[in-house]
Amino acid sequence: MTEASMVKDSVATTDELVVLKSINKHFGALHVLQDIDLTIARGEVVVVIGPSGSGKSTLCRTINRLETIDSGEILIDGRPLPQEGKELARLRADVGMVFQSFNLFAHKTVLENVMLGQIKVRRTDKQKAEEKARALLDRVGVGAQADKYPAQLSGGQQQRVAIARALAMDPKVMLFDEPTSALDPEMINEVLEVMQQLARDGMTMVVVTHEMGFARSAANRVVFMADGRIVEEAAPEQFFSNPRSDRAKDFLSKILHH
Amino acid sequence: MFDFLDHYDLLGAFWTTVQLTVLSAIGSLIWGTVLAAMRVGPVPVMRGFGAAYVNIVRNTPLTVIILFTSLGLNQTLGISLGATNFDIINFRLAILGLTAYTAAFVCEALRAGINTVPVGQAEAARALGLSFPQVLSLVVLPQAFRSVVGPLTNVLIALTKNTTVAAAIGVAEAALLMKKMIENEAQLLLISAVIAFGFVCLTLPTGLILGWVGKKVAVKR
Repeated sequence: MTEASMVKDSVATTDELVVLKSINKHFGALHVLQDIDLTIARGEVVVVIGPSGSGKSTLCRTINRLETIDSGEILIDGRPLPQEGKELARLRADVGMVFQSFNLFAHKTVLENVMLGQIKVRRTDKQKAEEKARALLDRVGVGAQADKYPAQLSGGQQQRVAIARALAMDPKVMLFDEPTSALDPEMINEVLEVMQQLARDGMTMVVVTHEMGFARSAANRVVFMADGRIVEEAAPEQFFSNPRSDRAKDFLSKILHH
Repeated sequence: MFDFLDHYDLLGAFWTTVQLTVLSAIGSLIWGTVLAAMRVGPVPVMRGFGAAYVNIVRNTPLTVIILFTSLGLNQTLGISLGATNFDIINFRLAILGLTAYTAAFVCEALRAGINTVPVGQAEAARALGLSFPQVLSLVVLPQAFRSVVGPLTNVLIALTKNTTVAAAIGVAEAALLMKKMIENEAQLLLISAVIAFGFVCLTLPTGLILGWVGKKVAVKR
């Protein structure tokens, strides 16, 4: 298996925020994550790409334990990921998550969506929570929609609200699980722009995506996964212009040239 | 034709029916919600208890449950629910029995509602750092309730009519009065019609109002 042997670039990791050590996970007979080692530094933007079914979404979801792992260790800011319970809830509050299907709370207005976590988890008082929510909604460009319900918004607007909802918790790291995959083409850019801005502001981000343009321009590092393994890790320029593994060459040739 | 009604406290009897219905509805809504929370919760013991409760209570005739509250709880175990007056004890026992019975149906209706809430809603709530009780009470149940107003209306209408079983332990509600009137008057059809009309007056508006409420609060996705 020379193909699966990992090609790794030496990326300077000074301050480790998320550390995954030999993670394994099975879905029944399917070995969906195989000995995954990944370290994400504070302020780093890591883009995870790969073919469908390669385990990249699952990897993203293990970081805040929406998916449990069979073996291995996950550390967030030096602390191991706790078992289900209060400890885990506290840690999840520090890890923002943006989903492919937005998952805004359908029975609450946009403003209430962004206020809920602040009030119920952070115990922020209502006034301050609302100010912060409005500021964040303005920042992602949907301030005018604050009093509408999610179903009244376009997909791109909903996803930007979802980003604001996650940011309202002042997360240490943001996880994006295919944030633009459910969007109409013309709405992808408005979401990517918000994410670009976040990256420029120094947010630590793990982004699972098929948007190669975003990977090129915003990522510090590209992680290429296939068949449950990390096959290649490299700086984006290096990865896109000169991929070293055959699997990555094959993948890129299929998506970049047409 | 309706002169004989003057000798009976028809409104009083129906007022008791309304009280039985409203108090049991509130009780079963609360207890049913707790049961549903147990059945979808992460604790195996609670899940087992919830499932066993629903399957036993739902499949036991209400008459048996109501008679048990009187013969079993009260006369054998001496439970009087804080009252000394015989009528009040039976009234409270009837509410207890109706609540215990109806809660099983509320639980199942609500559980069906929980299944209509996309799993992503709970995931997003957990990802924000909300605890399991918060996820349930702030995100999942509010949406579940909105989607089962219709089925819960059915349960409420059935409950309204089920209160007549309380006559079996002597609670002075509409059905008991009907029995008395039938014994004393030679007006069987008329008496039945009057009582039936009384129940229609209670249940028809309930159905119409809650139908409107159901449409009003439905969650748009």
